[in-house]
Amino acid sequence: MQQQEPLIEAVGIEKFYESPGENRIQVIAPLDLAIRPGQIVALLGPSGSGKSTLLRMLTGLSQPSAGKILRNGIEKKEAGNLAIVFQSFALFPWLTVQENVEAPLEARGVDKAERAERSRRALDVVGLDGFEGAYPKELSGGMKQRVGFARALVVEPEVLFMDEPFSALDVLTAENLRNQVTELWSDKKLPTQAIFIVTHNIEEAVLLADRIIVLGRNPGRIRTDFQVELAQPRDRKSPPFVGYVDFIYRVLTQPDAEPGKLPSAVPKREVHQMLPHVRPGGIAGLLELLPDPGQHADLYQLADDLGLELDELLPVVEAAALLGFLTVKEGDVDMTALGHRFANADILHQKVFFREAAVQHVILIDRIRRALEAKSDHRVPDEFFHDFLDEHFSEDETKRQLETAILWGRYSELFDYDAAQKRFFLTEPDSPAAHA
Amino acid sequence: MTIKFAQSFDAERRRSLSIDLAIFVLIFAGFYGMLSLGRYWSSAAVPETNISLSVQALPGYAFFSVARLFGAYFLSLVFAVVYGYIAATQPRVERVMIALLDILQSIPVLSFLPGVMLAMIALFPARQIGVELGSILLIFTGQVWNMAFSFYSSMKSIPRELGEAGRIYHFSGWQRFIQLEMPSGVIGLLWNSMVSVAGGWFFLMACEMFPLGNRQFRLPGLGSYLQTAASAGDVRSIIQGIAAMIVIIVATDQILWRPLIAWSDKFKFEQVESNAHAGNPILRLLQRSKLAGWIGRMAGSGMERLMLRVAKKQAGQKAAPREPSRWVGWAGGIVVIGLAGYSVYRAIGMLSGVAGHEWLTTLGHAGITLLRVNGTLLIASAWTIPAGVAIGFQPKLARIAQPLAQIAASVPATALFPIVLLGIIRLGGGLGIASILLMLLGTQWYILFNVIAGALAIPSELKEAGSVYRFTRALRWRVIILPGIFPYLVTGLVTASGGAWNASIVAEYFHLKGQVFMTTGLGAQISQASDAGRFDILLLSTVVMSAMVVCINRLVWRPLYRLAEYRYRLDA
Repeated sequence: MQQQEPLIEAVGIEKFYESPGENRIQVIAPLDLAIRPGQIVALLGPSGSGKSTLLRMLTGLSQPSAGKILRNGIEKKEAGNLAIVFQSFALFPWLTVQENVEAPLEARGVDKAERAERSRRALDVVGLDGFEGAYPKELSGGMKQRVGFARALVVEPEVLFMDEPFSALDVLTAENLRNQVTELWSDKKLPTQAIFIVTHNIEEAVLLADRIIVLGRNPGRIRTDFQVELAQPRDRKSPPFVGYVDFIYRVLTQPDAEPGKLPSAVPKREVHQMLPHVRPGGIAGLLELLPDPGQHADLYQLADDLGLELDELLPVVEAAALLGFLTVKEGDVDMTALGHRFANADILHQKVFFREAAVQHVILIDRIRRALEAKSDHRVPDEFFHDFLDEHFSEDETKRQLETAILWGRYSELFDYDAAQKRFFLTEPDSPAAHA
Repeated sequence: MTIKFAQSFDAERRRSLSIDLAIFVLIFAGFYGMLSLGRYWSSAAVPETNISLSVQALPGYAFFSVARLFGAYFLSLVFAVVYGYIAATQPRVERVMIALLDILQSIPVLSFLPGVMLAMIALFPARQIGVELGSILLIFTGQVWNMAFSFYSSMKSIPRELGEAGRIYHFSGWQRFIQLEMPSGVIGLLWNSMVSVAGGWFFLMACEMFPLGNRQFRLPGLGSYLQTAASAGDVRSIIQGIAAMIVIIVATDQILWRPLIAWSDKFKFEQVESNAHAGNPILRLLQRSKLAGWIGRMAGSGMERLMLRVAKKQAGQKAAPREPSRWVGWAGGIVVIGLAGYSVYRAIGMLSGVAGHEWLTTLGHAGITLLRVNGTLLIASAWTIPAGVAIGFQPKLARIAQPLAQIAASVPATALFPIVLLGIIRLGGGLGIASILLMLLGTQWYILFNVIAGALAIPSELKEAGSVYRFTRALRWRVIILPGIFPYLVTGLVTASGGAWNASIVAEYFHLKGQVFMTTGLGAQISQASDAGRFDILLLSTVVMSAMVVCINRLVWRPLYRLAEYRYRLDA
């Protein structure tokens, strides 16, 4: 993913103003920055660190005093196909919602019928169908910013820039709109290749971004630039999330200190856990055969007893260990108290134990469940999970991982999968729903 | 409202049809008017028409005056937009153009008279159009500057992010103009248009009938009618003329300005809809009319076709933004500087002929007019501040007083002047007092309306704080009222001061009952020089007046403005 060609690459750009007689005023020190496809990049910084100036240079609204900007690899002064969502919305008050969205298309000479069709689609995406004829001042702040988004999306920009897009909105509206942006982005419904968002809100950056750049001031410069290794949707209360927020907070409040390393509380790679390809029934079967806790069983012996090859048995053991039902030490297997309870429960209770263990220990299962719960319709296309599994596994392995997750999800009644629509969906665990 | 109920639909359609008919008749009448105007303009030149004082002649004169006034207004509108646009978009010439505007604004109408008239007559020596164009251009010089300034400052105050939105989405220059720059200028232009047209009425008499050297000019129109009546001392005719003028002014206000103001509501930058809807019956009628709708749609689609064509062309040739080549810039600069240098050289040549004692008298006259102008401002403030605050604080009083004041303000003071002057002369006074009264009549309204607006803008919490802490009347004025209205008061005073200087040329020098009344002052000197064709004195006194007005603006009003902006802003 990192190897993709940058859409916009700034090389040694800086901004300064000559002041007569004295030294020049350096607003932004020379810096390099690349925006690559598939990323949400957040630019954080205290006021006066030149966040907006940097955004305006990247978009071509203002020219750097020195350095160059490559757009798709070619040095260019003016921007190509970009869009900005502004803090103040910047809608034309005398144009209707539809006319506002169509204005960028008019600038491209798109004819009327096509304009209407494209603006209708863009308004549909942001959930504003039915408001075409309204004037901006008749809309609430949140709806105005939706129009701002529609106007940006209608041009299908290469990079969608956002300049503090949520800070003029009240807290709840901002939260709602933010969630929808991440939702649309992960559903691949946003017709843009990358998002660059300027913000002063630390939580907002950690919620949205794949990569965070923190600026310092006097003059504006990059203090730190790191990837956020958290899956969407993100949980504000999860320790890694809090770790990121604390880290950024420290960087911002100690302007003179070296930013230092990301704290160890933030794992570099969260998903490295590999699901063994095992049916849940197999795990239950193994546990029922194991001796009580405290009594070790030798793996070779066990395989022999069960009439299995060792590499047939191992995945099942691994899976049970992953769920916390047993521990493996030097070739010996030892059932845990939880495993014992699981083995002796009836089928309904086994499902409950399995469900709890899976959510607690199996990252992929937990992630699928959280993603489904965060979505308003409780449906997520499998593509979404492909994307982050792809970072760690081959294509075939990714498929197998998801297949196993589906088996486990169905068994535990956490979620199900609709093969026709290639979608995961949430099931009601308390209802006695039929499962495979 | 798109929902229509079935039962009202038929009535609606019949009403729409009658509106369409009315619009059709109006268009036809307008066409006929243009035709007869054209015939009159292309006729042989008659610089000095005989003015009939009969009532039957009034509608014709009114028509000619209105045509002249709106011709001048239309020219002003085009000029203002072009000038403002260039000044706001070309940083290289911006400062020069704005400084020039400042100076031009300070030059009284009559000082343009000889130059404009002589040029136009030289251009069309045999046809009436020469004289007419001269008169129209004179009115134009009194209307255009504030409009140009208004459009310039609207363009400069377009919110930054709106401008950036236009740039990031690659708007063509034309689309920027139609969708961004023009709409943001509409409200300012509209209010300034009203002020400008009112100013046109104020100077109508001076622009329709005047001597120039040894020649007399008298064009058919309401202004000439009033002046002729005044010269004859015919009070009845004066009153008839004033009545005709008031009818036209009120009609313009109702038919043109009110609907336009209601329509301009959508060009406000406010992000939240205000609950006070400035609806207007005429606007509603027009919006219901099919014919008007059709005309609007045709214009809209034509505009759009143009916009798309420009956009396609621009998309085709994605060249670097065309900067006007350096070469052209330099050449233009040299031509302008050359011309300016030559005129300055000629002007100095002209002024060197002026005798030393005439310089001294001119400065003395300037001092007297300065006193008169400031006296006027003092008197005006003395009554308008308490009255304006009273009106602004009491909504009930405002409902009665505001429309009355608006009507009173809409009557051009120059039209009333003959009657006022006749009265004062009968009481034994002279033009010295009368001129102050005339300036007062012309300028006090600016202060009054601004004070009312200021008083209305004082937040009620501040007034309540005054009551809760039992402020005395003096304390209330010192802590709440005066600081609250200060920015508005300054705006009113600036406008009034400019208006008073400009009015001095008609206030200090007047033809009445076949004789010339004049008092000592710079305004009288300008009028007299223009009458007598003493162009050197005219130039000298104009330069002095212009210099004084610009200096006062820089040294007094601008610092006060800054103080008001910085210290007495309530919304910050």
